[in-house]
Amino acid sequence: MSEPAITPELVKEHNLTPEEYEQIKEILGREPNFTELGIFSVMWSEHCSYKNTRPLLKGFPTKSPKILVPAGEENAGIIDIGDGLAIAFKIESHNHPSAVEPFQGATTGVGGIIRDIFTMGARPVAAMNSLRFGNLESAEVRRLFSGVVEGIAHYGNCFGIPTVAGEVYFDESYEGNPLVNAFALGVLRHDQIARGAAKGIGNPVFYVGPATGRDGLAGAAFASQDLTEESAEQQRGAVQVGDPFMEKLCMEACLELLDTEAVAGIQDMGAAGLTCSTCETAARGGTGIILDLNKVPQRGPDMTPYELMLSESQERMLIIVNKGHEEEVQRIFDKWDLPWAEVGVVTDDGRMIVKHDGNVVADMPAAKLADDAPIYHREAKEPAYLADVRAFTLDSTTDVEDPTDALKKLLAWPSIASKNWVYRQYDHMVRNGSSVVPGSDAAVIRIKADSLPQNLDSSVEDPMKEVEKYLAMAVDCNGVYCYLDPYEGSKIAVAECARNIACSGGVPLGTTDNLNFGNPHNPELFWQLKESVRGLAEGCTAFNAPVTGGNVSLYNQNPTRAIDPTPTIAMVGIIEKPEHITTQWFKDEGDAIILLGAPVSSDKLGGLGGSAYLQVIHSTKSGTPASVDLEVEKKLHATLRSFIDCGDIKSAHDCSEGGLLTAVAESCISGQSARGDHHLIGADLDLSEIASDRIDALLFGETQSRIVISVPALDAAKVEERAKALGVPAVTIGKVGGNELKLKTAKGESSWDLKEIHNLWYNAIGNAMA
Amino acid sequence: MNFAVIRFPGSNCDQDCVHILKNVLGHNTRYLWHKDTSIGEADAIIVPGGFSYGDYLRTGSIAQFSPVMQAVKEFADKGGLVLGICNGFQILCETGLLPGALVRNKGLKFICEHVDLKVANKNTAFTNVGGDSPLRIPIAHGEGCYFADDETLASLKSNDQILWQYANKDGEISEATNPNGSVENIAGICNAAKNVAGLMPHPERASEAILQGEDGKAIFQSMIEWFEKQNKAAA
Repeated sequence: MSEPAITPELVKEHNLTPEEYEQIKEILGREPNFTELGIFSVMWSEHCSYKNTRPLLKGFPTKSPKILVPAGEENAGIIDIGDGLAIAFKIESHNHPSAVEPFQGATTGVGGIIRDIFTMGARPVAAMNSLRFGNLESAEVRRLFSGVVEGIAHYGNCFGIPTVAGEVYFDESYEGNPLVNAFALGVLRHDQIARGAAKGIGNPVFYVGPATGRDGLAGAAFASQDLTEESAEQQRGAVQVGDPFMEKLCMEACLELLDTEAVAGIQDMGAAGLTCSTCETAARGGTGIILDLNKVPQRGPDMTPYELMLSESQERMLIIVNKGHEEEVQRIFDKWDLPWAEVGVVTDDGRMIVKHDGNVVADMPAAKLADDAPIYHREAKEPAYLADVRAFTLDSTTDVEDPTDALKKLLAWPSIASKNWVYRQYDHMVRNGSSVVPGSDAAVIRIKADSLPQNLDSSVEDPMKEVEKYLAMAVDCNGVYCYLDPYEGSKIAVAECARNIACSGGVPLGTTDNLNFGNPHNPELFWQLKESVRGLAEGCTAFNAPVTGGNVSLYNQNPTRAIDPTPTIAMVGIIEKPEHITTQWFKDEGDAIILLGAPVSSDKLGGLGGSAYLQVIHSTKSGTPASVDLEVEKKLHATLRSFIDCGDIKSAHDCSEGGLLTAVAESCISGQSARGDHHLIGADLDLSEIASDRIDALLFGETQSRIVISVPALDAAKVEERAKALGVPAVTIGKVGGNELKLKTAKGESSWDLKEIHNLWYNAIGNAMA
Repeated sequence: MNFAVIRFPGSNCDQDCVHILKNVLGHNTRYLWHKDTSIGEADAIIVPGGFSYGDYLRTGSIAQFSPVMQAVKEFADKGGLVLGICNGFQILCETGLLPGALVRNKGLKFICEHVDLKVANKNTAFTNVGGDSPLRIPIAHGEGCYFADDETLASLKSNDQILWQYANKDGEISEATNPNGSVENIAGICNAAKNVAGLMPHPERASEAILQGEDGKAIFQSMIEWFEKQNKAAA
């Protein structure tokens, strides 16, 4: 078999620079062959090596007494939730595959993140996602949107994981380069944590799961370059094909196997497949691995070593088995009718040696390959566009005379409108844990005995039968804020996520981040990334929600421009008692509506910079967004939680896109219901006493650190007093009830029919997709 | 009462059913593996939801050939209680234990939401507990559109085999209350002998207050009361 000769062009095609190629030669002490070149190219892609971002990511807080496995050590971080239980969670992007092949791109994104979780020994019990698309007016955008949602639904529903929360934004910057970030969370006991290290010299290396094919060749490398006009045609082969049924079986078999003494180490074959899993496990174990490719189950005929090593065929796992326990693997994988093969052995020389047809086709130092990727300190330069953003004033923006139309337009704006068209396609209730389903500020799931990965023999009494835990989770990022001010925008993403957790009754435990940015070689885009990481780090530190892991996706741009910087934040919090679970919609007639936080922003744009209002009503995407004071925000959350603990609160809703009036409207119309039975309840708002230069800033300004709550009327005065005593502004702005949303301001009165605004909000996306 | 819940490869509501039957309702419940050839000690069998064998050929179509389903057929023929939920309903139809078929939802999309179910016949092993108001229970399926030819439909009606229909909160049936295009808004039926039933909605997901409702319990409690009554009569 003849392999291509290594030429400078071939090196370039593998996305390696001449300098990187020299480094490879130095590591090997010779020229690499074709297979080795392929292996280096995927291991040194941004997706696997973080070569452009590693120095920045060091700024993230990663420690807390609750962290059992910190970020970067394994496939996902692990956090203690008490009573010997722990959770593993992570978010990961599948942006480029989804741009090319939306259905399969999204399915394999979900599949990949689920594998990261059960690789840790945890049973995956909840999923979320964060999606970005261009404007829905475009038929191509609708095709991508519908394909991605169907892909997520297909994989999650079939696998049997509830997709409990998410976010979807539409903005022209994502045209041609949608973002698909998938999150999964799993549960395990402390003693069930599995490690991805190749330990024990002489231990056999097993391959389990379906055969290796030619799909997803070098997907990690594909994810680490700009999308071009030709991408769709040329790169389709780099997109993997997902099989949720296979993954479900693979998970059950792996969890069953982990319950025995057989496993020394376990690692999923995700990005860079067999290559990454072998050299990472060897690097972690301080060992080497000999791999015999002829033993790897193969889907196609005549697969070359290059193809076998770089394939990203899905649902495959690498297991290092304690010698003498080979039969356990055989027994369990046969029970689940899954293919398995013994493909290699752990060695003591630190080398990854790959054999094919009796010849050594790759021989490289595993640790150097995994850990010694080049590191780049890229140049950062403040983008020129920010001068215009900062110079923006409201002088040429007319104030709203009558807000009737403006509110309707905002509620029907796809980024604000109800996402039921999306989440009704996801099974969000399987596993009997979804206590608050999609449609409130954060999802709440219940963790119970069968959330654990243990063997499913129901005759065994479970030691934690009586223990139940409640977790709140949300995912957030306003890319427009981050475009207009990457540092503040990123802080806001963390603050809003923490606010959503607080509104549901939870205390943050940890964070996982997905950094979606443009090409890092562009100094202006790299500056966005750098500023964003600084903001995220400050935010996560403030809320005591360390980063437990995440994903970096660079090169997100279409042929004309980069995406808005989108550092997606997913946060998980714990709710101490079930009675603390709080939802966003108003409950009962006569309850008082209180705004916690400042009614109007003190900044010169009154909180309208980057607002949904400016975008929708004035077609303007500019102005510096309102900033967030993390100390103020923390005080707000603590105060809200103290009310929730005392049982004073009927509802709590974060004030975000669309401002105060939108938040109140959402509390009127977002009540959970059955098909055709919506819980609509009116509100009578009086804002006439609140001083504001502009009505639009008062109603639609996106001032940070604000929450709309409802409380029994008799408690209103007490709640207001207590909030003020704790240093949080509070003002009663109206009462719940009636069939209308009524508003009184210093400028006049308006009202909205609940059925009408509900219809606009609830059906906006469905109508656009019909 | 002794329940057995079948696990096919790809079942994913099996744990949920066991949780409700065992932990919430307090009855003996165990799993049956799809390769099992006999049922063993059981008073009722639950065929749970999920994607048995990946549902790659047609929903439920491969499961009908599994060893355990041969044993379920014998169990049902002897009068044993069998309830199929979602994919379980599809499997029972494919197996021939229930008439009709479930096809792609009319809207072509998977739907997950709460629906209100009118109980059309309150006098069966699956429907004898509960008042007059509809049951609020979630659905989660892509292929839940019930279809039967006119002849089958006529016999279902004349024999009172239609058990649950998609309705509104007042129990009224209309096209607007039909989430998937099922003929006659049918959400669930039973066989002529009335010991085998299937429905697309998931009662096991609506049997605890923490999960927004407990209406689903009525179906399991019906089975339990029916069984206990029969036991008493036999004694």
